[in-house]
Amino acid sequence: MDKTINQKAWFLVLPVFLVVAFSAVLPLMTVVNYSMQDTFGNNQFFWNGVGWFKELLDPSTDLGGRFLASLGRNLFFSMVILAIEVPLGIVVALSMPRQGWTVAACLVILALPLLIPWNVVGTIWQIFGRPDIGLLGYVLNHIGLDYNYVSNDIDAWVTVIVMDIWHWTSLVALLCYAGLKSIPEAYYQAAQIDGASRWAVFKAIQLPKMNRVLLIAVLLRFMDSFMIYTEPFVVTGGGPGNSTTFVSIELVKIALGQFDLGKAAALSLVYNLIILIVCWIFYTVMTNAGVERKVQAESEPAVEPKPSAALKPVPALKPKEGVA
Amino acid sequence: MARIDLVDLAHSYGGNAAPQESFALKPVTMTWRQGGAYALLGPSGCGKTTLLNVISGIITPSRGKILFDGKDITPLSTQKRNIAQVFQFPVIYDTMTVGQNLAFPLKNRGVPKAEIDRRVAEIGRLLDLEPYLNRKATRLTADAKQKISLGRGLVRSDVAAVLFDEPLTVIDPELKWQLRSKLKALHRELDLTMIYVTHDQTEALTFADTVVVMHDGRVVQSGTPAELFDKPAHTFVGYFIGSPGMNILPAEVRGREARIDGHVIALNRSYDHLPAGAKIEIGVRPEFVEAVAPAPGLLSAKIERIDDLGRIRFARTRLGDAKLAARAPAGFTGADGTAGLKFDPSHVHVYADSILVEGAA
Repeated sequence: MDKTINQKAWFLVLPVFLVVAFSAVLPLMTVVNYSMQDTFGNNQFFWNGVGWFKELLDPSTDLGGRFLASLGRNLFFSMVILAIEVPLGIVVALSMPRQGWTVAACLVILALPLLIPWNVVGTIWQIFGRPDIGLLGYVLNHIGLDYNYVSNDIDAWVTVIVMDIWHWTSLVALLCYAGLKSIPEAYYQAAQIDGASRWAVFKAIQLPKMNRVLLIAVLLRFMDSFMIYTEPFVVTGGGPGNSTTFVSIELVKIALGQFDLGKAAALSLVYNLIILIVCWIFYTVMTNAGVERKVQAESEPAVEPKPSAALKPVPALKPKEGVA
Repeated sequence: MARIDLVDLAHSYGGNAAPQESFALKPVTMTWRQGGAYALLGPSGCGKTTLLNVISGIITPSRGKILFDGKDITPLSTQKRNIAQVFQFPVIYDTMTVGQNLAFPLKNRGVPKAEIDRRVAEIGRLLDLEPYLNRKATRLTADAKQKISLGRGLVRSDVAAVLFDEPLTVIDPELKWQLRSKLKALHRELDLTMIYVTHDQTEALTFADTVVVMHDGRVVQSGTPAELFDKPAHTFVGYFIGSPGMNILPAEVRGREARIDGHVIALNRSYDHLPAGAKIEIGVRPEFVEAVAPAPGLLSAKIERIDDLGRIRFARTRLGDAKLAARAPAGFTGADGTAGLKFDPSHVHVYADSILVEGAA
């Protein structure tokens, strides 16, 4: 049982420590450092304590107002796209073919938007929606709808939301499709026998069997949409006014536009913290759901208790099983 | 509740144009009587599940008709056919309680609430599921799940038939026995037509009053367990039913005599009009051949081993290329390695191209 003590082993772990230190710990600590200080250039810094954080969370200040407004817009955006993409993804997955060459065709078509870089998606929609040369914008204006995402808040929002749906519904649909494919054929046959309607099949079989992948889809889509930057930035640049300025866009404006390093550092730390907390909540909910069921199964008795010896058929009377 | 008639029914997964030899279910015409307990017995891949799925409507047959009480229901979908089916692996709607699971087929058909409650309570009682009716149907043991599946099959009182597709495969042997007896009791109590698919002869023979044996897509015999045992209509039935199976020996048959290697075996009936050119064999169950000490006039065989099954012993012998099992009476040891075989003439059957030939008295 004696363990060989060899402190030289630490040298083997050292490279990892170094890599992590330079790639994660040092940059993060730099941000923490900035968030506590103020600077007026010339590489001169002044201690500010938690001042930036106080300001950030106080809606009456300029920084706090901008942060909380963009946070609200971001949450609203995430809610809207989840409310549309999840049901839409389920519907798309349900209407996909289950076999044949059309499966491959559908998968490729669905995967296409996912493979396009964020930047390009933004550019596509930026041009697509322009009233003068964009197909969508031109047609909408031609048929009498006054559509202009550059000047109208609602148009800008609709464009950003539709763009996200176009880009990401495929992901939800593909996840749901994978969940649907894992349902054994017998379930559908049994439902047929039981006379279940299409809706009953969905409610009793498909939705319960998809709940795992749906949780993952919601988590991924929430995180992604909460951190969205490139697409709205390319299309609307956060405008008109500040109407589509999300937290990440606000952050870049403060950090690179105004060069307010302290404010930006405080904002990014809080932003980061929010994402970590939401992640943790999702993770806990997901793992707990599994644990709960396990505990429940262990504490309850099996439905059919093993029969007592007296009830067992007498082996000698039992006909031999199997084929000769 | 209905009589089910199959009229020239056949199915091929490759379509009707495929050669008939490749059909999963070769043309069959037969009647399932109302209230009967049937077993569809055959080895894997013999077409029994195909036949079941055709009756329930999961598969549309490529040829022929199915009649329920004389009404052609072939084009009807499963939902409209009024049939219940229980599958090999339990199907549970796991967001529902056990009671809701049982009520599901009734609810889907718009049965009044009071009637649903009554049926669910009754089936719950019959299957001993009463204490669990209000529990979520997840995380149950395999047999409890399969009981729920069975319950969903039995809960409708108006079904034409309940079909079981090897429903006890996933159940422990001990509980298998219990559930099978339960099914048998339920059949008596509920007076439903039941068709039970299995490849296990014990299951078939203990459950059914009529056993339908299938082989290579064909129904080769349908009869009571005793008929299958005493008078197999096909050499396959003789071999498949019984343990050990029937001995099948190539022989020359003329009149009331069968000849094997020049030895004469007496037959009870006369076979004068055997089809020319057919492969002639005789079949006799091991229970009706006795292995005794070799004697002149008896067919002699080489003993390979003697199996002691407790109540009965069988000598495994070899006759040229053919194998033959024979009952070894008490005291017979076969120490010298050879045995004389005594056949019981009333139980020796003659087969032409594997099909039983009825002799003249």
